[in-house]
Amino acid sequence: MLDIQKIREDFPNLRAHGRDEKPLVYFDNAATTFKPCQVISLTHSHYCQRTANIHRGVHYLSEVATAEYESTREKLRRFFNAKSLYEIIFTKGATESINLVAHSYGRKFIKAGDEVIISEMEHHSNIVPWQMLREATGCVLKVIPMNDQGELCLDEFQKLLTPRTKILSIVHVSNSLGTVNPVREMIKQAHAVGAVVLLDAAQGVTYEPIDVQAWDADFLVMSGHKIFGPTGVGVLYGKEKLLEAMPPYQGGGDMILSVTFDKTIYNRLPHKFEAGTPNIAGVIGLGAAIDYVSALGWKDVMQYKKELLAHGTKVLSAVPGIKFFGTAKNKTTIFSFTIGDIHPHDLGTLLDREGFAIRTGHHCTQPVMKHFGIPATARASLAFYNTKEELDAFAKALIKVIEVFQ
Amino acid sequence: MSEHSDELYQQVILEHNRKPRNYGKLALSTHEAEGYNPLCGDHLFVRANVNAEGVIVDVAFEGDGCAISKASASLMTAAVKGKKVEEAKILFEEFRRLVLKEIDPDKDPHHLGKLTVFSGIWKYPSRVKCAILSWHTLKGALDKEKTVSTE
Ligand SMILES: Cc1ncc(COP(=O)(O)O)c(C=O)c1O
Repeated sequence: MLDIQKIREDFPNLRAHGRDEKPLVYFDNAATTFKPCQVISLTHSHYCQRTANIHRGVHYLSEVATAEYESTREKLRRFFNAKSLYEIIFTKGATESINLVAHSYGRKFIKAGDEVIISEMEHHSNIVPWQMLREATGCVLKVIPMNDQGELCLDEFQKLLTPRTKILSIVHVSNSLGTVNPVREMIKQAHAVGAVVLLDAAQGVTYEPIDVQAWDADFLVMSGHKIFGPTGVGVLYGKEKLLEAMPPYQGGGDMILSVTFDKTIYNRLPHKFEAGTPNIAGVIGLGAAIDYVSALGWKDVMQYKKELLAHGTKVLSAVPGIKFFGTAKNKTTIFSFTIGDIHPHDLGTLLDREGFAIRTGHHCTQPVMKHFGIPATARASLAFYNTKEELDAFAKALIKVIEVFQ
Repeated sequence: MSEHSDELYQQVILEHNRKPRNYGKLALSTHEAEGYNPLCGDHLFVRANVNAEGVIVDVAFEGDGCAISKASASLMTAAVKGKKVEEAKILFEEFRRLVLKEIDPDKDPHHLGKLTVFSGIWKYPSRVKCAILSWHTLKGALDKEKTVSTE
């Protein structure tokens, strides 16, 4: 059992106030999460005591910072059960990780007429880089449709797979619907036609433990700030043989072994993909975040969030006029909804006045909005530090807000 | 609701949201533009019929949006109908300055009338665009621009 009150004490931002000094209820965790003091203090102490550039200095601080930075790589290797440290690349976030793959792997291995499959519920960051690849190579972009519950149509997916399918790039957990996709099965099916699979685990990393070897994922991307770590840092996991075969994404310092004006020899993995001074403090902070979630234990976190989902579904269903978007059998603690014909932005502003931070808009998933024929939804997304009491208060606030429009 | 909600969602705004004035198409229009706010998906058309003397004899809007954008469009059409194009442009400028808190409606001279219900919106920077979308679109129509975006 999680001691939620104790956990909440680890997150100073939960004690902050919303607009007009209202006590804050933070329900925007799919956008970004709060950071525990363990992350904040490690980042802080790095800047106070161990500031140095990494991989370059012979001096003490540089060695300490390098060791801390590299120990985060090992933490992530373990977190995803990757085979080797060469397979963990630090980037600035999920977006950059996808761009890295689309650019480097894509331009080397994708030819005109090859097919890349994504889905209707992708975040824009898993759509646009592939459209850019299409521009550059003439490849074909195919889209797996979803049903009105916000579940992928797996029959249609089957039909899209052909011997020309080279990449399946798919969201693990949808940020706008909360759907958990059957990615393990989909990976198998994509592999059967010889495609490589990229998992967008930006939301998935806080939903369930991921074992890249057991799942046989070829690439996986995530952002530190969505797993209680700092902003500006993310991860690309890639199978070593794939990363080995890929050309560098950016050129600069750290990614080279030797440079002359005639010839440059690239550094080994993972440094080949980490050009320039990285977000050192961010990576170190991410290490503390991974330690934090690992220590909580997946079983308890998943059980608690299941209870939050059930409770939220119950109390919100009682709000007059509410309509949910994303009612998949398998879903996480994301409630996307509209109420009658009240525009989500009006809901968002009025809830903000009551101290509730939610997200309203298209959540960077415009094709999802188009599917449902709506411009926007209101979205409450919960983390393990949220409570049933907050959900009760939220449902009450919604009812109050509706009255304004009557 | 909380004691503050009347600052932004005042009765005038809620009422114009419920029953927007000058909503729909015009039988005859000389000017038209489409306005789009990519952030929220607010999307509207503004059409105007300007006569030879430069008077906006009729104006209407149509589209989807939040209460703020709809009420603002509705109030705007009511405010500019019968005005000269130059007067409407002056109102646009005053309204723009109002929502950015560049003028104080209680102290500075202006012609805003009822439009001052939006004076509190500067506290919600993310909503300023909702209020000003219809005005940008009207100005676009009068300047013969076809599409207008708040981004
Ligand atoms: C499913 C999903 N993929 C990708 C991203 C992009 O993450 P970032 O903006 O941190 O790069 C997000 C962030 O909202 C997301 O929810």
